[in-house]
Amino acid sequence: MYTGSITVAETPLLRYVLGRADDALVLGHRLSEWCGHGPMLEEDMALSNMALDLIGQARALYTYAGEVEGAGRDEDAYAYLRDVTGYANVLLVEQPNGDFARTIVRQLLFSAFIDPYWRALMASTDQTLAAIAAKAEKESAYHLRHASEWTIRLGDGTAESHARAQQALDELWPFTGELFTVSAAERGLVDAGIAIDPEALRAGWHAIVARVAGRATLTLPADGWMQRGGREGRHSEHLGHLLSDLQYLQRAFPGARW
Amino acid sequence: MYSQSLNQQVADTTGPDDAAAAARFQTRIDAEERIEPNDWMPAAYRRTLVRQISQHAHSEIVGMLPEGNWITRAPSLRRKAALIAKVQDECGHGMYLYAAAETLGVTREQLVDELLSGKAKYSSIFNYPTLTWADIGAIGWLVDGAAIMNQIPLCRCSYGPYSRAMIRVCKEESFHQRQGYEIMLTLARGTAAQKAMAQDALNRWWWPCLMMFGPPDAQSQHSDASTRWKIKRFSNDALRQKFVDATVPQAHFLGLTLPDPALRFNEATAHWEFGEIDWTEFKQVLAGNGPCNRDRMAARRAAHANGEWVRNAALAYAAKERARAAAGAA
Ligand SMILES: [Fe+2]
Ligand SMILES: [Fe+2]
Ligand SMILES: [Fe+2]
Repeated sequence: MYTGSITVAETPLLRYVLGRADDALVLGHRLSEWCGHGPMLEEDMALSNMALDLIGQARALYTYAGEVEGAGRDEDAYAYLRDVTGYANVLLVEQPNGDFARTIVRQLLFSAFIDPYWRALMASTDQTLAAIAAKAEKESAYHLRHASEWTIRLGDGTAESHARAQQALDELWPFTGELFTVSAAERGLVDAGIAIDPEALRAGWHAIVARVAGRATLTLPADGWMQRGGREGRHSEHLGHLLSDLQYLQRAFPGARW
Repeated sequence: MYSQSLNQQVADTTGPDDAAAAARFQTRIDAEERIEPNDWMPAAYRRTLVRQISQHAHSEIVGMLPEGNWITRAPSLRRKAALIAKVQDECGHGMYLYAAAETLGVTREQLVDELLSGKAKYSSIFNYPTLTWADIGAIGWLVDGAAIMNQIPLCRCSYGPYSRAMIRVCKEESFHQRQGYEIMLTLARGTAAQKAMAQDALNRWWWPCLMMFGPPDAQSQHSDASTRWKIKRFSNDALRQKFVDATVPQAHFLGLTLPDPALRFNEATAHWEFGEIDWTEFKQVLAGNGPCNRDRMAARRAAHANGEWVRNAALAYAAKERARAAAGAA
């Protein structure tokens, strides 16, 4: 019976799996906020598809977290009963949707990272993570293609769409550095071949983003100060509001099954 | 139903020269042949279909809003994914239906403009609010259930593209209905608070769902033409009765009470008799005075207006690409 917020054992593997699950859930939740309000029906469909993929990835990862922790918790316990400081997603994915350009550029920056990440993680010595990565990679490849195509259309579309896309890129850029951080605990997983070192993906990520930005006639911002803290539970104010919607029913009716 | 305001006569402007063609057309209809986009058809048949199909399409799209209202608050990840998928299906239904209407010589843009200007209607049911999670169950069970009652006969509609769209749509609607019922069953077997939530949702949605079938046959100026053309095969009251007969036992199985003291089973007719529907409420909702009419239209207009620069960007980019391709080829 759920009675309130949960605190999970902070083993490195559990923390790692939850961080990846939180990235997927929070971004999927953000994309689902567009459903019914997109700029065209085709995008209501596409953004919902991506939301469904990401929520599916989160479910697989939370379920695995339950096995790793061995405390009898299911996927919903992790999603619905951890407080904001227990969430370990990167700050990029919790940033509000803003306009369509902001949503698309956020998707580009994340997908250009996570698609090669999943591909590399398919070689993980952890069989479950390797299997989750193999499925997620097919989905993230589509997300990257969709976000790239739209970034190019917006950047090389009208003066207005160009300005909006450039502003989105400028404002989201400081959140990209965190994608490549590795905590001390995660370093051990990297050394054991369970996780992969994101630093090895940085040049590839930059090349993808630079190629898309070039075709979109957008200027890549200079690498200045990078925001971080999400992986350690130090979030922006936005995440708390997201969770108060997401978790409302589980919190209002403790222990009820839905 | 999803095209409630259609209960009006459409003037038939078929000229005398077309009499022979009209007779051949009716012979094909009577023989249960499907009419295809390039076939000759009376102008009034075309107009009736454009109006009915576009109203149905608008209903699917506006119908995304009340359920979309709970996507961010769904109580489990499984329910969240199922709800996103359902609302996405409704979007897909709207898209097939706009495409079916386009085979009759109109464009989606024109039809959407008619919705946003308030000229075109959509189903009255989507002007009611979703206040609790149980409303998501009630909508799937009752609203999708009522839609199925109306749409199964439309799978045999004389116009080919519409009947084919309905076959595809009906499969998904029946999945939605089962899913909605399963939400209700979970609540009805849950805690006392959950059961009360389910009962409250049923209380609020029951009568508006009966109104979905349109005015009573005695008051409706329903065009005989739709029946003769095999667009409409059952009357509003017949479909409403079928819905009540199918739904009352389902409510009883849930252990919920229908909010109608007059409801009783007539052994002689084997039908459930029900009380008087408040047609004043129905007329007010159709006239724009339902609890959510303004919010629904505001949400659709905002999506359209906020999306304009995106659509313009896509057009501008496509034009540049064509120009670059032409320059490259030259
Ligand atoms: Fe539908
Ligand atoms: Fe429908
Ligand atoms: Fe449906």
